[in-house]
Amino acid sequence: MRGAVIPVLVLALWQGLAAGGVFNPEVLPAPLAVAVRWWAYLTPDQPFDPTRDGFLSWLLSGEMVGDAAASLYRVLVGFAIGAGLALPLGLAMGASRLAFEVFNPLVQVLRPIPPIAYIPLAILWFGLGNPPAIFLISIGAFFPVLMNTIAGVQTVDGIYIRAARNLGAGPVTLFLRVMLPAAMPYILAGARIGVGTAFIVVIVSEMIAVNSGLGYRILEAREYFWSDKIIAGMLTIGLIGLAIDSFMTRLSDVLLVWHRGPDS
Amino acid sequence: MTPLITIRGVTKRYGDAGRPMVALENVDLEVAAGEFLCLLGPSGCGKSTLLNAIAGFLRPSAGTIEVGGVPVTGPGPDRGMVFQEYALFPWLTVAANVGFGLRIKGVPRTEIALRVERLLAQLTLSEFRHRYPKDLSGGMRQRVAIARILALDPPILLMDEPFGALDALTRSNLQDELLRLWEQFRKTVVFVTHSIDEAIHLADRIVVLTYRPGTVKRIVPVTLPRPRDVSSPEANILKREVTALVMEEQTRFRQQETTGSPA
Repeated sequence: MRGAVIPVLVLALWQGLAAGGVFNPEVLPAPLAVAVRWWAYLTPDQPFDPTRDGFLSWLLSGEMVGDAAASLYRVLVGFAIGAGLALPLGLAMGASRLAFEVFNPLVQVLRPIPPIAYIPLAILWFGLGNPPAIFLISIGAFFPVLMNTIAGVQTVDGIYIRAARNLGAGPVTLFLRVMLPAAMPYILAGARIGVGTAFIVVIVSEMIAVNSGLGYRILEAREYFWSDKIIAGMLTIGLIGLAIDSFMTRLSDVLLVWHRGPDS
Repeated sequence: MTPLITIRGVTKRYGDAGRPMVALENVDLEVAAGEFLCLLGPSGCGKSTLLNAIAGFLRPSAGTIEVGGVPVTGPGPDRGMVFQEYALFPWLTVAANVGFGLRIKGVPRTEIALRVERLLAQLTLSEFRHRYPKDLSGGMRQRVAIARILALDPPILLMDEPFGALDALTRSNLQDELLRLWEQFRKTVVFVTHSIDEAIHLADRIVVLTYRPGTVKRIVPVTLPRPRDVSSPEANILKREVTALVMEEQTRFRQQETTGSPA
């Protein structure tokens, strides 16, 4: 309850100032206007018509649902590609000194480049549409997963390896049944960061490369001076980001029931 | 009778050639099949090094170790190791930990389940079969670790201060349980400890090692009938003798620590 005091006060102050005509509504809309716009963004444009389509498809025909679906699709594909490449490379670099020495210099040079800096190259290589967006997102997801996988494998407690070798484990068994599960807490922490980065990058990439999605929608709203829709869109982005992060946390908790906690 | 484990002239040096640290020097030792042998000495005497060499985790700088006439070249499931830190796989349940060795050997699942259940029952762990190691006490974890080794039915158990991290009561219970299992399964045990009481309670023979470099200082046979009472007069006489031997090494250890110059 105490956590609600400040937001309510801020909203009340904001609404009061807006109602008093202090701000130009094209620059800063009243919170109520944002809420109304958010609701309109969420709900279907047309009234329900049973002769045309089913109730569920009508319910999901709102603009926000389509935008969110487009953004989440890009996050999903981009993350799958980025993490799918990072995982095997990270496992190899963590387990093999040779692989680490061969790849690490390149990784260290590329890693500090923000995914956003790849935008010109992405457009040059892939044009417009989903491919450049997914390319950028996969870069955003790649490095967090890679770095955590390397660290996870490198920090596997040697005693598990000794115990497994003593029980007759060969190199393949050791890798698949000991090092991989032992590194899993790190890998999942990396995946969580990677999904978060992917979600940031999707918004950015939608502002330049595509004509759909949550990022596109708020940029489009600016062209019409719909400041209420911009803020409604930002709110949506925040809520979906929160939902993704909670989902990843839940997933970790389920996969790591054996683990003491997220960090130990 | 031919010994099961034969250690000849085993030396282990660490570090560079200029200033080597000699952990073991020219150790000769034989362990008979079915024997319970304790390696005793202060920390730094190389007892764990010797055990790890028998386990095949490290290669001696010189000398040979043979098990059943075959030279040791690496770790193997014929020499099951129990660690002080338990070393259970935290991502596996108790039952999966115990079945790990059988699983990677390719034993059929139904048979694994059968053998694991039997072992869990023997070690009174059945009700914990679906638990993860984090939910178990130290004593329980070590029982699971012992069951995990027994699942592969190795002739030799190598135990590296397995009860060192446990409280006195749990420790005493596990010692009795280990003796029961040792008699039941007829294993050969090499058990590292720095506890004189523990060595007298468990061992057929106590091997007292010297401090740096580690060599065999004295082999003390323990002929007290089992079950033993460590506070009996006979045990106390033995305890005094063994304590004197260990204290000599402990004193040497202190002197080296203060002067900082290894012999």
